Formats: sequence, structure tokens, C-alpha cells
Amino acid sequence: MFFISQAHAESFMPPVASTFGDAFNSLYSFLVISSLIACVLVIGGFIYFAIKYRRQSENDKTAYITHNNLLEFTWSFIPFVIFMVVFAWGWIIYNDMRSFPEDALEVHVMGQKWNWNFIYKSGKESVEEMVVPVNKPVKLIITSKDVLHSFYVPAFRVKQDAIPGRYTALGFTATKKGNFQVFCAEYCGDAHSSMLAKVRVVSQDEYEQWLRQGDPYEGMSLAEVGQKIFSQRCVACHNATDQAKVGPGFKGLWQSQRTFAKAEGLVADENYIRESILNPAAKIVAGYEGRVMTSFAGQLDEKELSGIIEYLKTLK
Amino acid sequence: MSATTTHDSSKNYINHESGILSWLTTLDHKRIGLLYMWTVLTFFAIGGFYAMLIRTELFTAGKTIVDAGTYNQFMTFHGAIMVFMVIIPGVPAFLGNFVLPLQLGAKDVAFPRVNLLSWYCLIVGAAIALCSLFYNGADTGWTFYTPYSIDTDNGTVWLVLGAFVMGFSSILTGLNFIATVHKLRAPGMTFFRMPLFVWGLYSTAVLQVLATPVLGITLLLLAAERILGIGIFDPDLGGDPVLFQHFFWFYSHPAVYIMILPAMGIVSELITAFSRKTIFGYKAIAFSSIGIAAVSFFVWGHHMFVSGQSEVAGIVFSFITMLVGVPTAIKTFNWVATMFQGSVRFDAPLLFAMGFLFLFTIGGVTGIFLAVTAMDVHFHDTYFVVAHFHYVMVGGTLMAIMGGLYYWFPKMFGRMVSDFWARITFLLIFIGFNVTFFPQFILGAMGMPRRYYDYLPAYESLNKISTIGAWTIGTGFLIALGVIIYAMKKGEKASDNPWGAKTLEWQTSSPPPHENFINDPVVTAGPYEYR
Amino acid sequence: MSTDSTYEHHPAHHFRDAEHEVEASKFGLWLFLCTEILMFGGLFVGYAIFHAMYPEIFIAGSKFLDWRLGALNTVILLISSFTVVMAIHSAQTNNKKWVLINLYITLACAAGFMIVKYIEYSHKIHDGLLPGKFFSYTGAEAAVQNLPLYFSFYFMMTGLHGSHVLAGMVLISWLIYRAHKGHFGPKYYTPVECVGLFWHLVDLIWIYLFPLLYLVG
Repeated sequence: MFFISQAHAESFMPPVASTFGDAFNSLYSFLVISSLIACVLVIGGFIYFAIKYRRQSENDKTAYITHNNLLEFTWSFIPFVIFMVVFAWGWIIYNDMRSFPEDALEVHVMGQKWNWNFIYKSGKESVEEMVVPVNKPVKLIITSKDVLHSFYVPAFRVKQDAIPGRYTALGFTATKKGNFQVFCAEYCGDAHSSMLAKVRVVSQDEYEQWLRQGDPYEGMSLAEVGQKIFSQRCVACHNATDQAKVGPGFKGLWQSQRTFAKAEGLVADENYIRESILNPAAKIVAGYEGRVMTSFAGQLDEKELSGIIEYLKTLK
Repeated sequence: MSATTTHDSSKNYINHESGILSWLTTLDHKRIGLLYMWTVLTFFAIGGFYAMLIRTELFTAGKTIVDAGTYNQFMTFHGAIMVFMVIIPGVPAFLGNFVLPLQLGAKDVAFPRVNLLSWYCLIVGAAIALCSLFYNGADTGWTFYTPYSIDTDNGTVWLVLGAFVMGFSSILTGLNFIATVHKLRAPGMTFFRMPLFVWGLYSTAVLQVLATPVLGITLLLLAAERILGIGIFDPDLGGDPVLFQHFFWFYSHPAVYIMILPAMGIVSELITAFSRKTIFGYKAIAFSSIGIAAVSFFVWGHHMFVSGQSEVAGIVFSFITMLVGVPTAIKTFNWVATMFQGSVRFDAPLLFAMGFLFLFTIGGVTGIFLAVTAMDVHFHDTYFVVAHFHYVMVGGTLMAIMGGLYYWFPKMFGRMVSDFWARITFLLIFIGFNVTFFPQFILGAMGMPRRYYDYLPAYESLNKISTIGAWTIGTGFLIALGVIIYAMKKGEKASDNPWGAKTLEWQTSSPPPHENFINDPVVTAGPYEYR
Repeated sequence: MSTDSTYEHHPAHHFRDAEHEVEASKFGLWLFLCTEILMFGGLFVGYAIFHAMYPEIFIAGSKFLDWRLGALNTVILLISSFTVVMAIHSAQTNNKKWVLINLYITLACAAGFMIVKYIEYSHKIHDGLLPGKFFSYTGAEAAVQNLPLYFSFYFMMTGLHGSHVLAGMVLISWLIYRAHKGHFGPKYYTPVECVGLFWHLVDLIWIYLFPLLYLVG
């Protein structure tokens, strides 16, 4: 019933199957070894002292040692240095985890009670199975339909919460072919422990073949879905060129610097576009004050929203 | 020991008044301490029972005894009871209430009525929380994460309001202790002559006063969210569910130190008393308590590395969390150094203190794993976290509570606990604990997420071991309960200072008179003058 | 000693003397005020975050409030803060009559505040300007997205504050009861002073709430 192959969970930790897995494992080994040394020092130390200086008689005299500043300094400074080393080391790996290459394969992931849905740019949808090519950077754009979930692939050493009404991102590059277990790591109710999925890592050819199978939303890519919605519902006020209409034109919008009438400026990303569709009044582009756009909250489903975002990305 | 010779030794705080009403209206900190003891023990039994049910359910993959919904209730009530009703009031309100004024040479805490009120807050809060059982219980986990806690259809709001009221209990205790430490020290008791348990309680009290109100307003907002649909945490109404996590951990991370700091204080007392040697690095230990308390306000985001908070926030919180590690390490090394050239007697309380050192060290170093951003991405919300905080909270705090209970028992009841049986309970709890929770580190590393009702077959053998360990701990605590009740009734009469300790509480009779000391103590030296 | 009373306050047994008790009581009360500030602080932080997220709802929302009623309440509370200080002063100078008069004025001000609050609340409830999902106002001004969140903050903040005013009224009534019995004089007026401090805090919080909710637009 479970997708995982037993070998992945039976060893001490699942075998690494992503690029930063090895860096993770080195840091992990360093931490385990330094922890062991610390435990031996402390636990061994007090057991040794306790036995060596056990009470011989009720009239034992003990040494009167109140403090030693050099010792205090030493055993604060050495742990401090170690902590700083692992902090910096962790930071480097974390930074690696949080940077997404330009050419990454983007997959929209949506958690809901209690399964994972994967939507590809081609419009292909998949439930409980995500197929990705090996050695290709992948960026997951994660959201949730209902409550918090957390997308967790132990073999890749990655995890990211899925939050309703917001996108979060997670990146990895799979280095091994095979099936890898996906868990939901954020408690989400009765079937939390059954909210499983798998990542199937295959060769590029197999991936493309898989992508062509089935009926990918009547043959439309996500961007095409977005284009269709745009031509029906947005063109009244927005151009696909950089010409302004009632609202701004959208050519070159993606990843551009936006300045707003009241809010602080930002670079247009998924969250910004989503917000502008669902809550247009939140950030009004400078120069468009007083032109009210109605909210599309409840009128567009997640796939359509993702479609619009993907379509806007194509308007370069 | 000199003060006790002149007064009628048959009169003490226990027989000062009689009747159940005299207990329910008492303003004596020692009696309120005992009220807390019975309350906390009762809740501990309930929370422990839930723990046994959880582990029994996890004995096999799939359904063992109950369905998933019931299991989620077990894990919610286990967490909420153990956190809000056992560990938070456990050390300060129970042991602290009894010992703090005695160690300061005061007749009582600064505000005895407020002290009694705080006990009633705990009782009323607990009653409200348990009302949720009549409304299909609660299944949110003790963390009440939104939006799940808004959507789920049951008595969660009762549990939330109960925790809100219990928060007042904690605030009032903390407020009382700060005022007591500042205003009621005996003549000559300077800040640096205070026992380290007092330092631990003092830093805890600061946390209780400053952090708990934020939990209060958070829980109030969550209750309003459920009753009035205010939408502040509800994404459907424009709210921000992650904001709840920020608010919640702004309290609940300091709360972790509310649980551990006074336990560290107990360990400082036990190690000096049973090594019969002055503490090594008194000021380092005292200041590290304050340091931990201060820094603990700025680390809450390390619970949220994968919650969608910004990368920069993750890095900053990781860095500050590392800084908490330093004072913790200082304490640990100072305790070990205190035993050097001491005269160590292995009574049960010291065994528990050594158990604390053993388990807390493991809990501490695994905490560093979780503080490293990249590591936490893998370990977050897995059994690794479960194992880590049980090593700290149970292996640390509960060990210290047991040690402290055995240590101060003669002072509380004027009778000794059977040392043999106390050691038996130690062995069962200590061994059972490691058998239960060490495998969970491995389970977590293997990737098993927490709050799982069901698990992959590959995880089954370690879960079986863990469950057997849990039954061993349960047996240990049951025996401990028997040992304590037996000792209360039939234990050997205790002398005023059975352990030969130096702090003030041992200079009065066992049990102490109503006003603690016959002659008001005057302090002329530090707390641990073993020369 | 006051001439019309035989009451004499004895400090509790664990204090050295009356002065020691006064010091401890005031110290404890200041700590309590810290917890109050932190509790309201949570709401203020929430307000700040949502104000940054949706500034427009606070502008639109504040237009539904009548700043004149808010200002009236501010004045009422400021007067009551003054009279509570005068009550302490009267106790210090052993003027029992003016202790009572000042306390009665304070109580009346608090009641006045609650009456104005009642008028405001009933108006909002009538118009359906309610928090979150109960929001049912349909006028054109309500087109602003997430406007109900403003009323969530409005009712949570003023509601929590209002409950403090009510608690203050109970405490002041208790003071009036004790003042009638002649308990307060130059040697013992700790309760008046402590309730006074609490009352100042309630006042202070309103002084922040008023601009944040009424004038923010």
C-alpha cells in the first residue's frame, strides 16, 4: 500500500537522493561526532567524579573551590566556536536549498485534506505521484486548499509548509532514479498520517513521455489556460502589451520592480500576482490610484490562478 | 538547626489548622504548595495515562486500539495537560511555592491571597479545558495551529479558554515570586547569597510575567476566531495563519525555559548538597539563568524554519538560538566541576540529578541539530523533535521534579522516603525513558513525521521498542506514587536536616512551623558554605 | 488618624511594617501593569501587521466611526484620571469627604464612558458593521476588500479595553465601599493608589486606541 521501498527507511537515514544531501550528511556527521565527544566529556566526567569522590565517611572534608574564570571562559568559548561553525555551515547549505536556478522545472503543488496534487506547466495534473527528471533542478510552488500541510521528502532532505492563500517554494535536484516517499509533516487532521505521495525520478526521456500521456486539461498548458482566462476576463482593463488601459499593461510585469501608491515597492512574483487578483486594493500601482478593480476571490480556482501567473510569466 | 530547640515541636504548618476548608482557604505558601502538589500529580496521572494510550496505539502500524480521530484527541490532551497543567506549574508553583520563601528566610510570599488565587485559576482553567471533553474533545495538538484549529468541529474553544485562564495562574505565580525575591529577603540575604534554585525561579518568573500575557491575547484571539469569526488568523477572511505561529511561539518558546530553568535550579541544589561542596561558578550559573531568560524571547522563529517565513528571519533566529546554547553549556560544565573533589553520596535525589545531567546533555546537543537551519529542514516535525523535547522536558524537568520531591519531602512532611524504593523508581524511569525516546531519534532521522497515527512498516520495530519503554516508565511512576504515599503515612521520621544541606530551609524544623522560622533568620554568608 | 473612624490597618504578618507592605504592593502592581501592557501589546502588534498588509481597510473603516464620540470618551477618561489622583491626594490629606466625592466622579466618568461605548456598539451592530464573518453591511463604502477585518480589530481592542473599564468600575466601587467605612487616611491609602495606577493604565491604553482606530484615516 505504501510507495516507499523499504530500503529507504530501514537504514539510519534514508539514502541521499538530491544534490545537497551529501553536504547535509557531512554536517550531520560532524554534529553527531562533536555531540558524542560532548556527551562523553560531560556524562563521563560526572560519572567519573561521582565515583572517584564518593563519600568515604560522614566527616569527609571537601575542597572549597568557588570559581575559575579561565575555565568558565574556556567552556563558554569552545562551545561558542563550535556553535558558530555549525551555524555558518548550516547557513551555507540552507542558502543552497533556498536558491532556485533560472532554468528550474516548475511544478505547482497543492496540498488538501488528504492528498497532494501536482500541476505541470503543460497543464498535466497528477495526484499522489510527482514525476521529475533526474539531475534537473526542480522548483515546487506550494500552496494549500484548506489547512496547513508540509511537503516533506526525507530522501531529498527537504521540507516546506503549504499555506492556504499563499505560495511557498521548495527546490531540489534529484540525483538518483527511483521512487521516493513524500510525507505530510504538518498535522492536518484525521488522515494526516495517510497523506502520502511519491516522487518518481526518471530520465529526461521517460519524463517527457510521461508528460505527454493522458489528457492534459484538454491539451492546454498552464500558460494557455492563463491566456484563455486573460482574454475572457482581464482584457477589459489590461493589455498584454506594455500599454496602459484602465489598469497597467502586463508585458514585462514578471520579475519587474513595482512601485505602489501606499505600500512599499516589491519585485513582482507569484504572491504579488495572486494578491493583486484576489485582493486588488492591497497594493495599487503608483499612478493608478482611485481606479478600483473588483476582487476575483472565489471566481478563479487554484489551477486558473496558477495559469494566469504562468501566462504573465510568458509576457516578456 | 539551632532555632528549633525552644518551640513546641508538635506544632507545624500541617496541623496548624485542620479541616478541608482550612486547606481550601489557606494563605500559607507551604500549604498552597501542597495543594499544587496534589493538583499536579493528578494531572500528571491523567496526562501520563494519555501517553500510555498513545504509545499503545503506536505499538503496531495501522489501528491497534483506537481510530485516528481518537488518537488525535489522545495526543492533543497528552500535550496540553502535560504542558499547561503539569510541567509549567510543576516546578515553580509546586516546589517553588514551598521552598522559595523558606530559602529566602521569609515568612510567606509577598501576596499570599494572590498565591491562593493563582491555584484557583489553575483549577478553574483546568475545569474549563476539560469541558471540551463534553463537546467531542479537541484534536488540534497542543499548539492549536490555525487554520486547522479554526476549521475543526469540536470543543477546541474550551481547551483554548482553559489554557487562557491557566495562563493567569502562571502570571500571578511569577509576579508573586518576583515581588518576594525583591522585597522579602531575610536580613543579610543579598542577591548573591540567594540559593541557585531561587535564581532559577526568579528568571522563570520574569518569563512568566513577560511572555504569558502574549499567549493570553493569542488564545483570546483564537477563541474569538472560533466564536465570532474575526478572521485575523483565517486566510478565508483575509487573515494570516502564520501570524498565529509567531504569536504562539513568542510565548511558547520562553515557556520551554519556564519549564527548564527552575529544574536547573533544583539540580544546582541537589549537586551541591550531595557532593557536600560549594557550587562551582555560582555567579556563572546565576547569570546564565538570566541570560537564557533574556535571549529566549528572541528565538521563537526557530520553530518556523519551514513555515514560509523569510530566509533572513530563519538565519537570524538560527544564530540567536545558538547563543542560548552557550549559557546552557556553562551550567552543565559547572555542575560537573562541582562534583570534582567533593564527597558524593548516592541518595535517590542525587541519582535523579545525575539522570537529569545525562538526559539533558543528550537533549541539549540534539537541540543544536535542530537549531541549524539546514538540519532542521529535515528534522522539523519529525520524531527527532519529539525525542529532543522529551529528553529536555521529561528527561530534564521531570527528573528534576522527582529529585526535588524526594529531596524536600522530609521538609514537607517530616518523614523520609524509602531510599531503596526511590532508587528502584529511578532505575525504572531512567531506563524506560531511554528505551522509549532514544529510538525516536532514529525514527526521526529516518523521516517519520510526528503526530502520525499510522506509519510505514519499516518504522514498526523501533516503535515497538519505544512502546515497551513507555510501559516501563509508567510502571516506574506508579511505584513512585506508592512510595510517596506510603512515606507520607508511615515513613521514618526525618530530622531537621537529613541531607546536611546548608540552605535556609534546612535550618528550621521538619515540617516547618506556620511562620517558617521560630527566630527570624539573619544571613551572614553564601548559600553553600561547605567548609 | 482620621477623627471619624476607628479603623486601623495592620500589615500582613510577613511584612516588617506598613511601609514594607506598601512598597511590595506597589511593586507587585507595577509588574501586573507590565503584563497588561504586554497583553494589549499583542493586539497592537497584530494591528501594526494588518495595517501594513491592508492599509486601505483602516482608512475606510475609520470613516464608520464618529471621532466626536471617541474624543468625548477621551476627555471623560482624562477627567476620571484626574479625579482618581485627587482621591489619593484627599486620602493623604485625610479629607474623607473629598475622597468620596472624587471616587464618585471617577465612577460616574467610567459609567459615562461605557454609555458612550454602548451607543457606538449598538449603532455598529444595527448597521451590521461586525467582525469577520458576521459583517453584513451592504453600503457602497463596504466594497473595500477585507473591510470586516477592521471591525475585528475594532471590537477586539475596544472590547478588551471596555472589559478593563468594567473591572475598574468594580474596583472603584469597592474603594467607595471602604472609603465610606473610613478605611483610608494618610497612614493607609494603598488600595486607592493601586487602583489609581490601574485606572491610569486603562486611560493610557485608550489614548492609544483613540487615534489608531478613529483618526487613522
